[in-house]
Amino acid sequence: MKKIGSLKEFACTPDRFQGGHRLCPGCAHSMIVREVVNATDDDLVISTATGCLEVCSAIYPYTSWDVSWIHVGFENAAATISGAEAMYKALSRKNKLYNEDRRVKFVAFGGDGGTYDIGFQSLSGAAERGHDFLYVCLDNENYANTGGQRSSATPLGAHTSTTPRGRVSYGKKQKKKDLTMIMAAHGCPYVATAIPSTKHWKDLATKAAKAISTVGPTFINALSPCTTEWKFKPEETTEIADLAVETCAFPLYEIEDGHKLKITYRPKVKLPIEDYLSRQGRFSHLFKPENKWIIEEWQKQVDEYWDYLQRREEAGV
Amino acid sequence: MALKYELKQKEVWDGNMAAAHALRQAQVDVVAAYPITPSTPIVQNYAQFLADGYVDGEFVMVESEHSAMSACVGAAAAGGRVATATSSQGYALMVEVLYQASGMRLPIVMTVVNRALASPLNIHGDHSDLYLGRDAGWIHLIANNPQEAYDMTLCAFKIGEDERVRLPVTTNQDGFLVSHTAQVVKPLDDDTAYKFIGEYKPKYPMLDTKNPVTYGAQTEEEWHFEHKANQHKALMDSPAVIKEVFDEFEKVSGRKYNLVETYKLDDADVALVLMGSAYETAMLAVDKAREEGIKVGLLMPRVFRPFPYNEVAQKLKNVKAIAALDRSMPMGTTGALYNEVAGALAANGQSAIMTNYIYGLGGRDTTVEHILEVIRETEKNAKAGKRVTDLQGFINLRGPKLSFN
Ligand SMILES: Cc1ncc(C[n+]2csc(CCOP(=O)(O)OP(=O)(O)O)c2C)c(N)n1
Ligand code: SF4
Ligand SMILES: [Mg+2]
Repeated sequence: MKKIGSLKEFACTPDRFQGGHRLCPGCAHSMIVREVVNATDDDLVISTATGCLEVCSAIYPYTSWDVSWIHVGFENAAATISGAEAMYKALSRKNKLYNEDRRVKFVAFGGDGGTYDIGFQSLSGAAERGHDFLYVCLDNENYANTGGQRSSATPLGAHTSTTPRGRVSYGKKQKKKDLTMIMAAHGCPYVATAIPSTKHWKDLATKAAKAISTVGPTFINALSPCTTEWKFKPEETTEIADLAVETCAFPLYEIEDGHKLKITYRPKVKLPIEDYLSRQGRFSHLFKPENKWIIEEWQKQVDEYWDYLQRREEAGV
Repeated sequence: MALKYELKQKEVWDGNMAAAHALRQAQVDVVAAYPITPSTPIVQNYAQFLADGYVDGEFVMVESEHSAMSACVGAAAAGGRVATATSSQGYALMVEVLYQASGMRLPIVMTVVNRALASPLNIHGDHSDLYLGRDAGWIHLIANNPQEAYDMTLCAFKIGEDERVRLPVTTNQDGFLVSHTAQVVKPLDDDTAYKFIGEYKPKYPMLDTKNPVTYGAQTEEEWHFEHKANQHKALMDSPAVIKEVFDEFEKVSGRKYNLVETYKLDDADVALVLMGSAYETAMLAVDKAREEGIKVGLLMPRVFRPFPYNEVAQKLKNVKAIAALDRSMPMGTTGALYNEVAGALAANGQSAIMTNYIYGLGGRDTTVEHILEVIRETEKNAKAGKRVTDLQGFINLRGPKLSFN
């Protein structure tokens, strides 16, 4: 496992995901990806699902990827990486590896659409088969690439282009699917949540390093604040991510061997959920008097979940 | 090292066993597959070879055909020999990824056991799946019996992996009629088969991580067309390599294959064009018809894509009337084989009278007698010098007579 030292050291790692890509200014995807790919000194083979990251980072004849990289489709990043990983195993068994002196690790990136929704079956299958890879979900809680439609990661009350607020609608009616726990329930040896953040940069880098060096299927659900669809200023990305953690809307934790849960950051003072919601245009309608109950419901769900996490950690289950 | 399999000079194999042995002998690095009738036994046989130590590659039993083809793409781009098997609904589920495999020029081999597409659900043989994948950018080889299923699968690796081709290849055999019909097959021994196919020659392998590559990039209006044109050119140029491989295969096996196969066509006035197991039924019908004095012959594109249109036209140069038999419902037009042959003739200034027959859907029996009837009808056209029969007829269809003109 790569030792994650100081930020200065980490920031000086040669970039394997390079600038010049066409993600929006302030897009969190690139921050997360840079941290993940730099969290190992091993060579990488990466697959990426269709979505913002993919369409913005490999526009022929250019590429941002200084590692082996493949994009096949929207719903099959996990299946694709599982094939590449199987080839690595086969060639090592047959003594036919291309570079005997190098160790290769396998990472897949998918958006929440490509992970929670259309790619869920492929991810579940690859995890069950026990391939040795890390899957990172870049969870911006909507189909950003296609204009901000809902996904099953979109939280309650959020305005999206397919759950628009309107005279008789308050946005999305359902709550967010708990994918991290679902992946833990697969018995993955390591799953974690993470955010792009200046304050918590090491939390993400360490988790990525740990996940990549763990043998077997590992999963990181990284909240990826989307300036364009969440409607906040591009320079506020990490601040919004930090607020998600400080309000416990998106708690930072990890689970080993499918059950050993550890909260990796505990806010000193849990901020009210309004502090997170009010900073994003996608929730602005919730502050109308008739929607007050949704904010109350949000707070209730956040409190219950935070309580649940703490009890599980305490109980060691 | 995988164990060698001691094979007899003559084995009794069905098409599925024949295809599975070809995959084993190719020493495929990654097989990723999902079961579906009637190709299930291919993956089961392969799993047994693995369990008994005859295979040392990876066998990835995925959770769907979509993932099977996706894993094949990932594995092939990683840099090694890759294969899978499927039929029908599984094929349909793969279609998105079939285009991605060929667009990335990955020489995956897929042994297809052809079956009808639902609805209504039907597990038996027809060519609906083959026709669905027609434009997916794969080379499609046709096998009419277990021996050919074996031979075509060995050839498929050598064709697809050739530096000058680098395209995925399917081998096609009719569900049940070939896949589950045991016949005598003369296999090559393991060493000869592997030597014929040769070592996998990597091109831009992702696993050569010292030389990173990007696969599956985005191209919009400024590059997409050029990429697709290049890919099409590779397909259009591939017959030269296919012929070479068939010639080499003849040297090791004594069995000769051609882009276009014919039967008693040289002096024929009447020709039937068809592919698959019915071709062998048609051979018997031709023999009978010739006893009746009808000069009839057969033609089959061994290679359905790239379609050998000039060879087809050349072979049909002297016939007066042609019936093209399609084993798939064209749903709103004439059959694909009819259209291909008509196009081939038109491109070469030929004007034989053409008709189309739809037959064998969902495993419907097509007998020598049925084909004999088609031959007699086609001869009427030849004699009249113009089409006097229906443009599109249906063989062995129950209910009131159906035809289109
Ligand atoms: C099979 C298929 N269905 C739909 C699409 C259209 N599509 C492309 S990206 C995308 C949404 C991506 O959302 P997400 O996975 O959350 O990634 P993001 O762009 O938000 O990072 C959709 C719907 C597609 N490419 N393929
Ligand atoms: S739309 Fe959102 S996720 Fe997509 S590039 Fe822009 S900020 Fe990033
Ligand atoms: Mg998204």
